[in-house]
Amino acid sequence: MKTSEKIAGTVANYVDERTGAAKWLKKNLTKVFPDHWSFMLGEICLYSFIILLLSGTFLTFWFDPSQREVVYNGSYAPLSNLTMSASYASTLHISFDVRGGLLMRQIHHWAALIFMAGIIAHLLRVFFTGAFRKPREFNWLIGVGLVTLGIVEGFLGYSLPDDLLSGTGIRIAEAILQAIPVVGSYLAFFAFGGAFPGHVFIPRIYTVHVLLLPGIFLALITVHLMLVWYQKHTQYPGPGRTEKNVVGYPLMPVYMAKAGGFFFIVFGVTAFLGAVASINPIWLYGPYTPGQISAGSQPDFYMGWLDGLVRMAPPIETHAFGHTISWNILLPGLIIPGILFTGMALYPFIESWITGDKAEHHLLDRPRNVPNRTALGAMSLAFMLIILVNGGNDIIATHFHLTINQIMWFTRIGVIVIPPIVFVITKRLCLSLQRADREIVLHGKETGRLVMLPHGEFVEVHQELTPAQKFVLTQHSQPEPLAIPDTDAGGVRNPTGIKGKIRSRLSRANAEQVGAPSESEVKAIDGGHH
Amino acid sequence: MSNEISKFSDPGLPEHVHRKTDIDPKAEKRAEQQVAILFVLSALCTVLTIYSYLFIKTDTFVFLPIMGDTNAHQLFLGIGLAGSLLFIGFGAVHWAKQLMPDTEVVALRHEMRSEDVDREDFVQTVKERAGTAGLGRRSLIKRSLGLAVGIIGLTPLLLLRDLGPLPRKQLNTTSWAKGTRLVTDPGNKPIHVNDLEVGAVAQVLPELPAGTERTLENIGTDAVLLIRLRPEDFQLDSERLSWTHEGIIAFSKICSHMGCAVALYEQQTKHLLCPCHQSTFDVTRAAKVIFGPAARPLPQLAITVDNKGYLVAQQGFTEPIGPSFWERSS
Repeated sequence: MKTSEKIAGTVANYVDERTGAAKWLKKNLTKVFPDHWSFMLGEICLYSFIILLLSGTFLTFWFDPSQREVVYNGSYAPLSNLTMSASYASTLHISFDVRGGLLMRQIHHWAALIFMAGIIAHLLRVFFTGAFRKPREFNWLIGVGLVTLGIVEGFLGYSLPDDLLSGTGIRIAEAILQAIPVVGSYLAFFAFGGAFPGHVFIPRIYTVHVLLLPGIFLALITVHLMLVWYQKHTQYPGPGRTEKNVVGYPLMPVYMAKAGGFFFIVFGVTAFLGAVASINPIWLYGPYTPGQISAGSQPDFYMGWLDGLVRMAPPIETHAFGHTISWNILLPGLIIPGILFTGMALYPFIESWITGDKAEHHLLDRPRNVPNRTALGAMSLAFMLIILVNGGNDIIATHFHLTINQIMWFTRIGVIVIPPIVFVITKRLCLSLQRADREIVLHGKETGRLVMLPHGEFVEVHQELTPAQKFVLTQHSQPEPLAIPDTDAGGVRNPTGIKGKIRSRLSRANAEQVGAPSESEVKAIDGGHH
Repeated sequence: MSNEISKFSDPGLPEHVHRKTDIDPKAEKRAEQQVAILFVLSALCTVLTIYSYLFIKTDTFVFLPIMGDTNAHQLFLGIGLAGSLLFIGFGAVHWAKQLMPDTEVVALRHEMRSEDVDREDFVQTVKERAGTAGLGRRSLIKRSLGLAVGIIGLTPLLLLRDLGPLPRKQLNTTSWAKGTRLVTDPGNKPIHVNDLEVGAVAQVLPELPAGTERTLENIGTDAVLLIRLRPEDFQLDSERLSWTHEGIIAFSKICSHMGCAVALYEQQTKHLLCPCHQSTFDVTRAAKVIFGPAARPLPQLAITVDNKGYLVAQQGFTEPIGPSFWERSS
């Protein structure tokens, strides 16, 4: 035996005698993971989270989360001798006087954007392929929690430097807090330790940003991954893949190398962005003061939709009995986001209620085969995009020579009109794609090759699909509408009443499908073409 | 249903196709060398990182085509770091794709649900254990425990009480009062009525009593915009008109929507625009909201001049400034 093997053996023996890890590892090192590019989206989130922890820890060594007033005398000359908060001054110090400081700040900010973009892309992938279905509803809920906390964490993060832009963001957050009926001004005074801006808010959100929320993230991500591990990953339909198996590559060595390598690639891309692409140049904004602002104040993209919603809100307040309710803040700032995120969290349960489907699903859906869900997803996406556009209305107005009023009115009307249209178009598109699938299974692919038959007729040669291709296009199950009778056999009205009616309507809409062709249909038309 | 019965059958896993590296030892050798080259490139990039950290001065700039002048120290440090990470990643992935086994493996899934017998055992165990504790029987213990656990939640809430003072009347008050002089920001200089030309706009603050230092909280409530129009431009009722002085009108600069500074003034249209959410206020009509989400005009500050011709407030604000809150009465 080689010495290296001997040493490894001794160490392994030492650990195993104390943990019994060998048995578990033996089984799990050969665990199978299916391979698909869209499964890397979730990995991007995990890796950018690790990058955030690393770069964030670096930043804490110099960042001073204090609103104590100091006079700046660092190396950035334009702000010399200006009075500012210690947190702004220390952010300038990191950016200009700590070697690699600006790079790390930019890596941290880029990683946060990639983290959020990755979460959104991953969420869409999971939604459109139906990966949230039984048994994975818990993981969907954890995911909704992660995206919500991600938005909060990102907002707190870019609020920390206490520059003019981030201070404006905090001012808006304070106004939302203050608008909550009955307890609003108390909440605001408790959060800010008195009147805005006070001296305690940045130290407080610093603790939340670097300790409390990362801790919760770590816990949620761990459970998220443990469930993926335990339930085994979903897979796309294909030859040899069933609900009862998982086809892919073993953890050791292939997946370790690929996933490990991918971590370095994500980190490398983030570092490259941090090196060449300037982000949040706080030194250009100046220190925060409540009396000033700069034009084009914009939050990061994952907050932009919320800002757009606030911008398009109707100017309504209720004044009654000596009290004020600001609908123009509550509706876009709390009520609508609340409905959106609650709806998102409940979606798996609503869908299973509509379809009556209580079976486990490990094979993913092709989005076209579930037209209603796909259309709903596209509709929600359209809604978010329109309000996001309005969040950037000032920038769009200056770049495209429009007025803010035009964009605001377009999005105000569009946010109500466009999503339903998108729903209908998407549903029709899905059904058309199903028809196209049916067509090529029955008649093969068009080859563009024309052949003249002996009697002079021209026909285009169609190439028959391989059995594997036919299987992929036809393997999905065809939903049947739930039969919820209005009356029972004795003529007594169904007690579920309106709820049952809604359910059966939705279920019927859901079952609208172009039937997948069967083998016998192909045989029936298999006349003289092939 | 007929179409269920005659569904296309699953042809099973496709046959494994060998890669070039599996059958051609030369290709295998080449792939191995490529992986090694990638790892060596990573090491070289780390050398670049170290070099940049130690030897490129932090105030050196280089010109980049799209980015313009860029700090060379942080640029090469970052490129070195990015390269050293990326090449490790590329190497590992290339290794996995070219040289590690690429045969797909099949593993079986098991239903998540426990076996019936295990579930029954579980229920039995829970019932038995709970029974030994007497959770079902001892309702006195159950209720008193419920009380204790229910009420203990108050402690953390109580302990959070000292996070901040009660708001009391603070949201209703500013530093403005009868006779307070308007002073420039920055500069703290009193403003003579002749200092402002028609069309001019200025940010002002109240003069604070000698010895008082201005805080950010003060600015957050006291900031006022001063605008001078021609007196005939106003469309105000007589009271509001009496709050102006020779065409000079003053509004709270803190947006009545969400408290941003309403800092954009359009001289042509005489509109004030808040850059946060685009609420637009018409200066000639006492800052009436003409567009955007704000529901109330900006509070107007009544001004006049003292005997030396300096602008002063006639009185404090007659309503709370800034965003709305529950206790606000109008």
